[in-house]
Amino acid sequence: MIHDQQPIEVALTGLTKAYGELRALDGVSLTVAAGECVAIVGESGSGKTTLLRCINRLVDPDAGIVAINGRDVRDLDVTGLRRSLGYVPQDGGLMPHWRVDRNVGLVPWLTGMSDANARALAALGTVGLDPAIIASRWPHELSGGQRQRVAIARALAGGQSCLLLDEPFGALDAITRSELQGTFKGLHDESSLTAILVTHDLREAMYLGDRIAVMQHGRIEQVATPAELRHAPATPYVRKLLDHATRELQ
Amino acid sequence: MKYARLIGVVAAASIPLAFVSAQQVSHTGNVVVASKPFGESFILAEMFAQLLESRGFTVTRRPGMGATEVAFAALRSNAIDVYPEYTGTGLLAILHEPPQSDPSAVFGRVSSEFSSRYGVRWLPPLGFENTYAIAVRRQTAIDYNLHDLTELAGVSQKLSAGLTADFIGRKDGLPGLADAYGLKFKQVRPLAQAVKYSALASGAVDVIDGYSTDGLIARYDLVVLRDDKRFFPPYEAAALVSKRLQRKIPGAVAALTELSGRLDVASMRKLNQRLEVGGEPVERIARSALQSLGIVGGVASETREDTTRQSLGRYMWDSRSALASALWRHVLLVLIAVLTGIVVAVPLGLWLEQWPRAAEPVIRSIGVLQTIPSIALLAFMVPLLGVGVWPALVALWLYSLYPIVRSTYSGVRDADPQAVSAARALGMTSGQVLRYVRMPLAAPAILSGVRTASVIAVGTATLAAFIGAGGLGEPIATGLALADTRMILSGALPAAALALVVDAFLGVIENATTPAPLRHAAMERAREARAHRQ
Repeated sequence: MIHDQQPIEVALTGLTKAYGELRALDGVSLTVAAGECVAIVGESGSGKTTLLRCINRLVDPDAGIVAINGRDVRDLDVTGLRRSLGYVPQDGGLMPHWRVDRNVGLVPWLTGMSDANARALAALGTVGLDPAIIASRWPHELSGGQRQRVAIARALAGGQSCLLLDEPFGALDAITRSELQGTFKGLHDESSLTAILVTHDLREAMYLGDRIAVMQHGRIEQVATPAELRHAPATPYVRKLLDHATRELQ
Repeated sequence: MKYARLIGVVAAASIPLAFVSAQQVSHTGNVVVASKPFGESFILAEMFAQLLESRGFTVTRRPGMGATEVAFAALRSNAIDVYPEYTGTGLLAILHEPPQSDPSAVFGRVSSEFSSRYGVRWLPPLGFENTYAIAVRRQTAIDYNLHDLTELAGVSQKLSAGLTADFIGRKDGLPGLADAYGLKFKQVRPLAQAVKYSALASGAVDVIDGYSTDGLIARYDLVVLRDDKRFFPPYEAAALVSKRLQRKIPGAVAALTELSGRLDVASMRKLNQRLEVGGEPVERIARSALQSLGIVGGVASETREDTTRQSLGRYMWDSRSALASALWRHVLLVLIAVLTGIVVAVPLGLWLEQWPRAAEPVIRSIGVLQTIPSIALLAFMVPLLGVGVWPALVALWLYSLYPIVRSTYSGVRDADPQAVSAARALGMTSGQVLRYVRMPLAAPAILSGVRTASVIAVGTATLAAFIGAGGLGEPIATGLALADTRMILSGALPAAALALVVDAFLGVIENATTPAPLRHAAMERAREARAHRQ
């Protein structure tokens, strides 16, 4: 496997963040074990993206602690922290003026790895892309699905053992989305990669998450495995969410 | 890296800057002779220059360097050493004292005041007065039997006047004159110096203000009406000499006094006519004048009117070396102003992007500068920085800020937000984000701002000649003063061509530095916008 850093455990305790009147996070606690994939589900405005951005300190919470392997992230060098956590945004966020290989090799280059390019090419392979074809292309020459695969490769190329994914498949058409979900699931199953996946799609969360955290109004309503959630929804909101997902399936 | 190279270019550009400023400082032994921008002043200054050269002094010529305020400011600050001035102008326009009618009293007053206040010396007058002259067509004078201004006042209701704006406004111009004689024209139209005479000759106006030594008075066979109440103060021409020249090169001052009392009105008018009507080169007119006065050797060439004037192309070819150096100076002015503009405006734009609340107010106040008319901004610079290259550079620099700040700010602000956010999230420092993501993405926008600023600077720099900074504006300013279209075009055409070349050149650079995918993105956006409109 490509990631070579030590396994990562993420622990959030009592996170609170307000934007004026809006309480984006209202006392959120959640532990993600090393190698686990936790899917955070909620509507837009539920606080799930804020939660994700607290982990790599794109957002600093008003109160509460984010700990990586037991160390408060505030005690870590912020750029070092971010370089150790892979990040995949919804739209890929590729540098439009860099070719694919330079995009993917970003973190290895930032951290001064001598084999940055080799790592980039290897990472492309793990996400199911042929480096020979894709490495020298510009981002605008890629399809939406290829762009997201490149973004995932970029999040892995530095040897990261933890991925933060913010609606990574949200903007794709149904078929491409399910292909990418499959690729991601395979990647996760074969490795000890810790992943925190933000999505508004409960079915995606059910498919990819070892556990699911349902968020509403800045609070976590329930954290459970997919099976537990299906059989024992803890709150009316979780039940409603389940009903919607089932109805859509039928 | 690209930016390191940019810094190199800026450093290289500061070398010619030092060169230009070194040219400004007149070193001892070199006499800087200047003139105001009209024909007679050109001739007198050229006579000063040739006289000094014939006596072994080295001379730098700054013809037509600026109107009274500019030329005098330059003399006071020892940026120039001598220029021809008129006693009445010194009394009214510089000392701001009321007019007097006795020529020797006026000369006495200005000499003592100038020397005590400014350390500047009036040499004994050259021998002629160039005062305001109110002139009419010969036929008008015959029809109404006019000889003097009192007689003109009697019929002025029937006549329309075409006067320079300056004359209409000044207390010692039309308002005072009208009071003194009871003049009341049917109509008063402000006319530029260059068109006044032809307007009078064609009958568009009946009365004009001119100068008693104008060559055109003879050319158009006009009648100058006598100032029988001695309203106009005496305007005796004399050399005005800087403090520096008196101290460092007293020999040059002595040489200049050889001209005192040697030129009468008739001979000056004849010299002016050779320039204004005959179109002879100033250099030749001055030489033959000095020769016929016996001040320099050689035989005075006969007045030879160049009735067959050279074509524009021929004229420009003949003055190619002067034009080339004006062009080079123009390019330097623009280059230095825009490069220093970049050095200030790009970081300012980047900084403002960090402080969005300050951005709009700051950018708008810089924008206000853009609304100040160029000639006014240049004029504001004179009291602060004197005349010459520096005030012009500062003004051009100020003009270059707005387009560059604006384009840098919006270019960086709008640079692919997803890419910027991902770059931060993956652990780029803000410096790295700026250097590797925002700047490259904003580069096309910044360059287009630089392109706009450069084209504006090429145009505005033509006005810099009015405050003595030289460049392609110099033939334009001189041509305007002499009503010589050919000379105006010899500056205006290269300036226009330079603007086109600069625009095209920077367009190519802009394209070359825009990475292919950004060009693609720009095209996509344009296509979307078009589709949106339909």
